Amino acid sequence: MTAPMVVAQGVTKRFGSVEVLKGIDLTVARGEVCCLLGPSGSGKSTFLRCVNHLERVDGGSITVDGERIGYRRRGDLLHELAEREIAVQRRDIGMVFQRFNLFPHMTALENVTEAPVRVRRLSRAAAREQAHALLDRVGLGDRAGHYPAQLSGGQQQRVAIARALAMEPKLMLFDEPTSALDPELVGEVLDVMRGLAADGMTMIVVTHEVGFAREVADTAVFMDGGVVVEAGAPRDVLDRPGQDRTRSFLAKVL
Amino acid sequence: MSLVPSVSGTPAAMPTAPDVPHEQLRTVPMRHRGRWAAAAVALVAGGGTLWSLAKNPNLDWPTVGAYLFHETVFSGLVTTLWLTAAAMAIGLAGGTVVAVLRLSANPVLSTLAGLFVWFFRSTPILVQIIFWGFLGALYPNLMLGIPFTDITFYSASTSAVITPTVAALLALGLNEVAYAAEIIRGGIQSIDPGQAEAAHSLGMKPGLTLRRVVLPQAMRVIVPPMGNETVTMLKTTALVSVIAGHDLMSNIQDVYAQNYKVIPLLVVAALWYLLLVSLLSVPQGWLERRYGRGSASAAGPSALRRLLTVRAARPGGPRTHTRIRKGNKA
Ligand SMILES: Nc1ncnc2c1ncn2[C@@H]1O[C@H](COP(=O)(O)OP(=O)(O)OP(=O)(O)O)[C@@H](O)[C@H]1O
Ligand SMILES: [Mg+2]
Repeated sequence: MTAPMVVAQGVTKRFGSVEVLKGIDLTVARGEVCCLLGPSGSGKSTFLRCVNHLERVDGGSITVDGERIGYRRRGDLLHELAEREIAVQRRDIGMVFQRFNLFPHMTALENVTEAPVRVRRLSRAAAREQAHALLDRVGLGDRAGHYPAQLSGGQQQRVAIARALAMEPKLMLFDEPTSALDPELVGEVLDVMRGLAADGMTMIVVTHEVGFAREVADTAVFMDGGVVVEAGAPRDVLDRPGQDRTRSFLAKVL
Repeated sequence: MSLVPSVSGTPAAMPTAPDVPHEQLRTVPMRHRGRWAAAAVALVAGGGTLWSLAKNPNLDWPTVGAYLFHETVFSGLVTTLWLTAAAMAIGLAGGTVVAVLRLSANPVLSTLAGLFVWFFRSTPILVQIIFWGFLGALYPNLMLGIPFTDITFYSASTSAVITPTVAALLALGLNEVAYAAEIIRGGIQSIDPGQAEAAHSLGMKPGLTLRRVVLPQAMRVIVPPMGNETVTMLKTTALVSVIAGHDLMSNIQDVYAQNYKVIPLLVVAALWYLLLVSLLSVPQGWLERRYGRGSASAAGPSALRRLLTVRAARPGGPRTHTRIRKGNKA
């Protein structure tokens, strides 16, 4: 058995006096697609942002590919890493945001080549070649020269996925990637994500798309009030939930 | 159609008079009589003023002409120009540093930066210029060493190091740092934090994120007020005449102190400042377009160009996209 890609143990996080995560335990195997579901404010985004240390955890630990994220252990103490050390860890973890967050002053191609050239020190030519291949893969080969403002929401999100993939991450994090999209554009983004899953990418996906979770996820995790209420195969969690809270949530979204 | 007035007074009852089909009705644009009146008043008043200036013997146009391209005026002009450029360069570089320090999580650095801005914005620039000019009265000698010890690496008399030109540069530059810092800080803070998060998630370090993602976008907000600052700076350099800074205004004053032709020489100065400030709008417009790339307002002309390109390319067809790419970069 190979070691898991992500292991979260007892992760806690508070904003001021509010405890938003109250001890999250979660394991994601290599190549696994894990969908996080739960009501608004349950802490899904916060947990996802802890995985690449956009938020610092207050307690517990998260490891990605065996490496502790954001901290170094010395004896019984965890010392927070310097920004540049965290930056190195983040190279291997792609993230896709609800609001896309493309760089508006760069074309689609420049969005995709920026990090490989500046961070991975790829040659400009190699980065461009890779970017064209990635844009083709997300179905936007003919939009390389367009600025984000000239693209539809669905196209922007697909560029954002290509931009994350350009760093050749081991793990992809998606935070409600289709929530800001018009209904008719959701499908094209989910198609790209399906393709990624089929190619064996390890993914943690926060989503309200129960259909997508049922079809693509290996594990569905239901969170509420900062804890994992229920986790397991989608057909168990989504179709035969064991907990009342899961059941009442699913009744509302379906 | 009859013209019987209807009791209810519906629009249909309005006299459309001799029956003309609706599509033949003509529209007449509103007549802007006020504009014509204003223009006439302005013409009379402005023309009168110009006429009185042109005929006024005290203005002494021949003297204006004689000094407009005079050597002394030119050398002052050169000083004014490089003083402006150097002070703005100091302001931009220092202002970026101070802005970043002010926004830093380190409370000591951010407080120090805040104090710097507070001090230099709260004292008149004239006071600062004179202060630097007379620094020798405060510290007769300048030395570089380790405080509270006798170790000295370098020592010199203040008046030798802080010449009027250096004093002018220090005063204008440091003052500009404070103003630029506030403008740049505002620009940085106007950028959605999601931009920096996206950059961080790609493994970009804070410095790289600032340089490649945040500042280029903030420039759209920064360039217009910095253009303003440059215009102000160009004119503020005139104040260094109080410490004999050899700028345009200093040299003009030197000349009229000798020949007493105050008014014509002030006109020479005004004409040059007018010209220089007018020329500044050219690079500003260029910078605004450069940093407007990808924004909705910049998408306007490119959308038009796209329309034209598509039209032009229609017979050929498939090369449209490459053309759009080139068009956008231009
Ligand atoms: N930066 C912050 N400062 C203070 N409180 C925050 C911050 N970010 C999130 N919270 C709070 O933490 C709680 C969890 O937020 P989170 O965004 O993780 O929820 P979520 O499950 O992603 O919800 P949604 O489905 O609406 O996106 C919420 O109550 C939110 O108000
Ligand atoms: Mg969320």
